[in-house]
Amino acid sequence: MTARTLSQGQRDTLLAMSMVLPAILYITLLLGIPIVLAVVYSLNDVTTGSPVMRYIGLENFIALLDTPDFMRAVGNTFLITISTLLGVLVLGTIQAELLVRPTRGKWLIRFLILLPWTAPASLSAIAWLWMLDSTFSPIDWVLRGLGLLGHPGALFGDFDNTFWLGRSGFALFSIILVNVWRLLPLGTVIILAGLNGVPRDILEQAEIDGAGYFRRLFHIVLPMLIPVFGVTILFTFVFVFTDIVTVFILTRGGPANATQVLPTLAFFTGVQGGSLGRGAATALFLLPVLAAVSILILALIRRREI
Amino acid sequence: MHATSARHPGRKAGVYLATALFVVFSALPFYVMLITSFKTQSAIFSPDANPFWFSGPPTLANITLLFGQTQFVQWLLNTVWVGLAVVIITLLLSVPAAYGLARIAGSWGETLGIGIFLSYLVPPTLLFIPFSKVIAYLGLQNSLWALIVAYPTFTIPFCTWLLMGFFKGIPRDLEEQAMIDGHDRLGAFVHVVLPLAMPGLMTVVVFAFTLSTSEFIYALAFVTHSASKTVSIAVPTELIRGDVYHWGPLLAGALIASIPIAVLYTFFIDQLVAGLTAVARD
Repeated sequence: MTARTLSQGQRDTLLAMSMVLPAILYITLLLGIPIVLAVVYSLNDVTTGSPVMRYIGLENFIALLDTPDFMRAVGNTFLITISTLLGVLVLGTIQAELLVRPTRGKWLIRFLILLPWTAPASLSAIAWLWMLDSTFSPIDWVLRGLGLLGHPGALFGDFDNTFWLGRSGFALFSIILVNVWRLLPLGTVIILAGLNGVPRDILEQAEIDGAGYFRRLFHIVLPMLIPVFGVTILFTFVFVFTDIVTVFILTRGGPANATQVLPTLAFFTGVQGGSLGRGAATALFLLPVLAAVSILILALIRRREI
Repeated sequence: MHATSARHPGRKAGVYLATALFVVFSALPFYVMLITSFKTQSAIFSPDANPFWFSGPPTLANITLLFGQTQFVQWLLNTVWVGLAVVIITLLLSVPAAYGLARIAGSWGETLGIGIFLSYLVPPTLLFIPFSKVIAYLGLQNSLWALIVAYPTFTIPFCTWLLMGFFKGIPRDLEEQAMIDGHDRLGAFVHVVLPLAMPGLMTVVVFAFTLSTSEFIYALAFVTHSASKTVSIAVPTELIRGDVYHWGPLLAGALIASIPIAVLYTFFIDQLVAGLTAVARD
């Protein structure tokens, strides 16, 4: 076929495809091959030591379901994700409501408030490692100063330290706290973008009609923000559900696997433990939930156009 | 209830107080890092000393140790090199892809665009185990090239999506006029569209760079030689050895590497948000 026999539309389609193809190829090859391999590994007995793969069907998955540590990691992953999500939605809405007002020094305030999200996660987690240290924790220092720690009957115990990352309940709380801290800026700026898009005249008309602040907030502003909340939920969910950094840096899943999540368990099983099949199967458990939640939220927030 | 907050001094003070609390919550860990980075070893290791201020004269010892006796400079250079290489690959692949999808393709452009965006949601934590085998097969373990090859798998989807939005915002007429004036499609693209898309290209450069420099799990799984590490894994794995925490250099390193990335990111966060919220619009 020569160019002359093609219509302008056909030529444009060919041109568009040739422009898009390199990117599509890159992504499908380098994401597609590992995805296929992940499924293959999960169905085989494969370790870093021996190069031979042995097909074992669903045995990896069945074995995982029988492991208490795995079930605990599944529970932790959901607990941490849902708690973080709630924290980010509530605090993000409040913070966005505060930031939507004009203030002096806005650039500095923005920079400081965005820091937990804009700094690399593995580096800011190190700051929290220090904040929550078993001996030198600055938080413990404040608690001791307030008389809440370090004497018999104190709220946080009679030791000199809280051992934030050393006790299972406190460690889980710490992980959630750090996740909320890190994702809050992202939630805030997304909600803020939504708030800035609420038409002023509707609010002014409501105010003239006698609607108070909270009535305007709950009856006009928040309903208009539903798509924006959908976007916040989508990205917070995806980023926290699949995150390895917070747990890896703060606790390595400890104490005694109490804070293990699916991504860290997959790393310790598959990379450090060398059981590639078991590790790949562990990580694959993320996929159905991730796909279901992403598609559901995308369908909900894009529904209006269909 | 009718009045705006400006007319209520009490409410205004409340707003300031609440804002201040949020700022402290966000910035306090960085502030503590900053102070601790300039503390002497003995001041850092005394639990009763005020962690929020100096208990003795400040010192540069941690910084000199970090730059003089660790491979910190090498890690910074590695990070910048990986970041720049990823930026170039991302631009080469996502600029044409975004333009093709936004402008030339018909209705399937939008669908394919969403498809590409969805691949951004495929998390590295799902794929790092088999991906490390692919990297080994390519002979790239412990090489920075492993990261340069892997990172575009998440920068290309995201940047293509962002750029599609920018290209759609440029009026079609301008291009058609250029084509009437004698440019071919490529000429019109290079001389008319690209200059107008400059803010979009800048955003893509910054995000491909910051996403690469912040990445953790691929770097952790692919690179174990300390000389080939990027800062995001080198600081937590090389400056913490077993139970030994070199707190001074550790916190100094984390802070020094974070701030430039955070500053860059802050300038472009509005474009990021526009890209993310676009999934709920058009």
